[in-house]
Amino acid sequence: MKMLQAIDIYKRFQNLEVLKGISLTLEQGEVAAVIGPSGSGKSTFLRCLNRLETIDRGTIQIEGEVLVAPGPDGRSRYVPEPEARRICGRMGMVFQQFNLFPHLTVLDNLIEAPVVVKGLKREEVIPEAEELLRKVGLAEKRDSYPARLSGGQKQRVAIARALAMKPDIMLFDEPTSALDPELTGEVLKTMRKLAEEHMTMLVVTHEMAFAREVANRVVFMDNGEIVEEGTPKVIFNCPTHSRTKAFLEKVL
Amino acid sequence: MQYLGMIIGPMLDGTLVTLKMFFVTIILSLPLGLCLALARISRFKWLRGATGVYIWLLRGTPLMLQLLFVYFALPFIPYIGVRLPDFPAALVAFVLNYAAYFAEIFRAGIQSIDRGQYEGAKVLGMNYVQTMRRIILPQVICRVLPPVSNETITLVKDTSLIYVLAMNDLLRTARAIVQRDFTTTPFLVAAGFYLVMTLVLTWFFQRLEKRYGIYDE
Ligand SMILES: Nc1ncnc2c1ncn2[C@@H]1O[C@H](COP(=O)(O)OP(=O)(O)OP(=O)(O)O)[C@@H](O)[C@H]1O
Ligand SMILES: [Mg+2]
Repeated sequence: MKMLQAIDIYKRFQNLEVLKGISLTLEQGEVAAVIGPSGSGKSTFLRCLNRLETIDRGTIQIEGEVLVAPGPDGRSRYVPEPEARRICGRMGMVFQQFNLFPHLTVLDNLIEAPVVVKGLKREEVIPEAEELLRKVGLAEKRDSYPARLSGGQKQRVAIARALAMKPDIMLFDEPTSALDPELTGEVLKTMRKLAEEHMTMLVVTHEMAFAREVANRVVFMDNGEIVEEGTPKVIFNCPTHSRTKAFLEKVL
Repeated sequence: MQYLGMIIGPMLDGTLVTLKMFFVTIILSLPLGLCLALARISRFKWLRGATGVYIWLLRGTPLMLQLLFVYFALPFIPYIGVRLPDFPAALVAFVLNYAAYFAEIFRAGIQSIDRGQYEGAKVLGMNYVQTMRRIILPQVICRVLPPVSNETITLVKDTSLIYVLAMNDLLRTARAIVQRDFTTTPFLVAAGFYLVMTLVLTWFFQRLEKRYGIYDE
């Protein structure tokens, strides 16, 4: 089943065209890594998928449901906000800067959205939240405040928080870029575990090793376009485009 | 000592007027200030503009003038004119004025919250009201406590302006006794009373700050 389908997405900021006709489809259980130079529009593309940015043109469908599509005049039309919120609820997102809620304990960070958004009872959600914390290896931190955690721990809490809403798709925007090198491993391990459980994942990353080993597909973006995509083997060993080659030479 | 015992009664009565004015103003102006702050940063341009003008007017003119206006001039305005007794008139002026100051404090507090907090809440499916109530405002409260505490202490002393409406608050009572008895002792007693009130407030806000500041960012 097509979990996520983006067709011909255009996005501009004032007079800067950032996305120039991006199309991407994710199948159930697929892990796609998006790589590319800084400023190529990777984050913007990810943020458009869950309407942190609104697109100018194009179509986005999540699990077959239309989030945004061109109206009669050609400009994109979003479905009404409650509908959009429900559709985007299928996706969880992990940010480079974690964005944990500093006034809530780790456990409450996980429980907040299920309680507030889904209207579930605290007591119902606590066991699930504790289970998630165990899964990311932070069960003993449940009552700590985010300020007391290391960067790697924060990011693992952020992943658990997104999972607490039981998403079908997980979006990651450079989840390890704000971390000290020795802390990236624990976060990548958590993401690898998720991939093994067949979570559908779209990961913007600078971690080429992760892209090579965990992703089924690597997408190379440059200057607002998808230049090339394919299996990690193909992209890393015999890329066809000169731009891909040049980028990989720089980062590998 | 005996003299003190004699004047303490009326001065306590005056303190009661001061405290009543203070508490009712705080209870009404804080929520109004919050609403104004949200209006000041709303997506509707006309609402932002209108609130901006309101805040400008209320912060840009003396509180004393506003008191006099509500009490003496308001009754003569066609259609909306009402004649209010002294306490409600003073209350209206104080609440409208302090709400304007609180609005600016809240606005700054809300705008100091990182955009990532809104985005984190949004991708978890929260709507505007949920995001504000559960994520943004709890953090704002913690940050605005010091300036709110400041305004609150100013309000204790500003209540003494109601003497212009001939209301017998603490300071006016003290002055009346001074003029009657030709001694300045009542002034010292009044100063003591004000200091005790602000001390209690300071202590109260310190406790609030401790309680809501358990997480550091
Ligand atoms: N809110 C915004 N307003 C204006 N310009 C923006 C905004 N967000 C992003 N841009 C611009 O859009 C372009 C693409 O940015 P984007 O963050 O998507 O790149 P990126 O590929 O994620 O880069 P990086 O690897 O550095 O994170 C950049 O030139 C950036 O300056
Ligand atoms: Mg980016």
